[in-house]
Amino acid sequence: MELYQMTIHELHEKLLNKEVSAKEITDSVFSRIEEVEDKVKSYLTITKDVALEQAKLADEKIAAGGKVGPLAGIPTAIKDVMCTRGVRTTCGSKILDNFIPVYTSTAVQNLFDEGIVMTGKTNMDEFAMGSSTENSGFFPTRNPWDLERVPGGSSGGSAAAVAADEAVFSLGSDTGGSIRQPAALCGIVGMKPTYGLVSRYGLVAFASSLDQIGPFTKDVTDCAIVLNHLVRHDPMDSTSVKIDRPDYKEILINDLKGVRVGVPKELMAEGIDPKVKKVVEDAIKVLADNGAIVAETSLPNLEYGLSAYYIIAPAEASSNLARFDGVRYGYRAPDPDDLMDMYMRTRTEGFGDEVKRRIMLGTYALSAGYYEAYYGKAQKVRTLIVRDFNKAFEDFDVLVSPTSPTVAFKIGEKVANPLQMYLSDICTIPVNLAGLPGISVPCGTVDGLPVGLQIIGKALGEETILRVAYSFEQNFNWSEKPKLETRD
Amino acid sequence: MAISEKEVKHVAWLARLGLTDAEVQKFTRQLDVILEHAGKISELNVENVPPTSHAIPLKNVLREDKVGACLTPEDALSNAPKKEDQAFVVPRIV
Repeated sequence: MELYQMTIHELHEKLLNKEVSAKEITDSVFSRIEEVEDKVKSYLTITKDVALEQAKLADEKIAAGGKVGPLAGIPTAIKDVMCTRGVRTTCGSKILDNFIPVYTSTAVQNLFDEGIVMTGKTNMDEFAMGSSTENSGFFPTRNPWDLERVPGGSSGGSAAAVAADEAVFSLGSDTGGSIRQPAALCGIVGMKPTYGLVSRYGLVAFASSLDQIGPFTKDVTDCAIVLNHLVRHDPMDSTSVKIDRPDYKEILINDLKGVRVGVPKELMAEGIDPKVKKVVEDAIKVLADNGAIVAETSLPNLEYGLSAYYIIAPAEASSNLARFDGVRYGYRAPDPDDLMDMYMRTRTEGFGDEVKRRIMLGTYALSAGYYEAYYGKAQKVRTLIVRDFNKAFEDFDVLVSPTSPTVAFKIGEKVANPLQMYLSDICTIPVNLAGLPGISVPCGTVDGLPVGLQIIGKALGEETILRVAYSFEQNFNWSEKPKLETRD
Repeated sequence: MAISEKEVKHVAWLARLGLTDAEVQKFTRQLDVILEHAGKISELNVENVPPTSHAIPLKNVLREDKVGACLTPEDALSNAPKKEDQAFVVPRIV
């Protein structure tokens, strides 16, 4: 087994036993990147110099007998939506093509403080708007399981990088499913923590009341390890939650006895590919066979969730993206006639189609005469979704569903039909609206393409969903790997 | 139709986006389909339901009024498309 194939916990043990150095691990991952990056295209920026410097620091610390945490010397990819001081941060957009942040986002800084090795910044749908990474202003990323298919999105680069072993783990952001859906489509673990658990300081804002940073990992243990170091209260984010953080790794036990698992019938209904549904039903059987108490439940207002989301998220985005005006940073159209000409041409030339669509949708939903009918009403519908979840959690510890209604689709298949693309997130969006934690774990394949099982928890219920995910992983024993080929 | 070409042009103007005639047609078609789907929420009676702006409500988040680290003028201007001395340069306004 090559070093680049290993998990965080396997590599950490080797580092502590001085079997390998951080430099050797880093070299192994970069040799893998050189071998496969042309096919997968996970990265927008590769930061080998930064990585080698950080690996050297980790090795020095280990050699000096210093105490190092489990992330020291671990090659990590960062979604290009998080600011990294001195390293280009594009958000997948031409409008930030030349942007060099002057500070580092808290989430990334927390990992830097733990001694990670940053391999680079990963590709994404422009401003995290999309479900396929085809909306990147630069190039599409390819699914390691079938190079003609999408890796999902918007954190497609971060998901593909981990699936193709171009990083040991990565960070993504999830506004409506942008971690869980690509994790499912790429056959890895991806988690969106409770809203506010991970600081958003330095995360380029898309929809501020929904955005949340989380990890992509090769297994659930790694997910718990990364979460341990992402969860910190941050005075720089006024929505940052203050909690007594448990040790998420310590609570991982393979025990489902008495755990009450609810299956919302609306998430197993029409719209879910029958083959995907079958794989998820089999996965739920694994939970039941190991002692979980499984029953059907209902989230009656769920069908309105997608509608509410596609009003709320664009509304917030249209406000957030007003800052891109060509004045202080980013692209400015050359030789403007006057101020208005500068604004108009900068934004027209700098933004791609999907971003323009969402800005217009949001502007419309917030404009005089439509505010109450759209935005005001959508926020009330959001309350109904929250209530539905609260009611279901009176009877259940976790809820489970498919993460995505389909397996990875072909590149280009949904580009011309935005609504079809939006429907890719039908199982994940309600979780963001209610601010809940959700994790996607691989639970099998359909026609050789991975399927994800979504496990949803109560607010701040990370321990429970991690335990269920871990128990599932231990009892399901899935070990298929992508071949980085084009399938027929 | 949930949205007309005229409305799309107006919204694009409000958002400072320039659209060609072909784009106006394309976006009107696409936004119409999306808004029609979004319009589903009008079926619901939510008169007595309070709105949710944040799912995890926090109140009165304050910090100590203490001077901390802040950006230097050089850092703040380091990404400016055009700058002079300690200022961003923009086209003449008045």
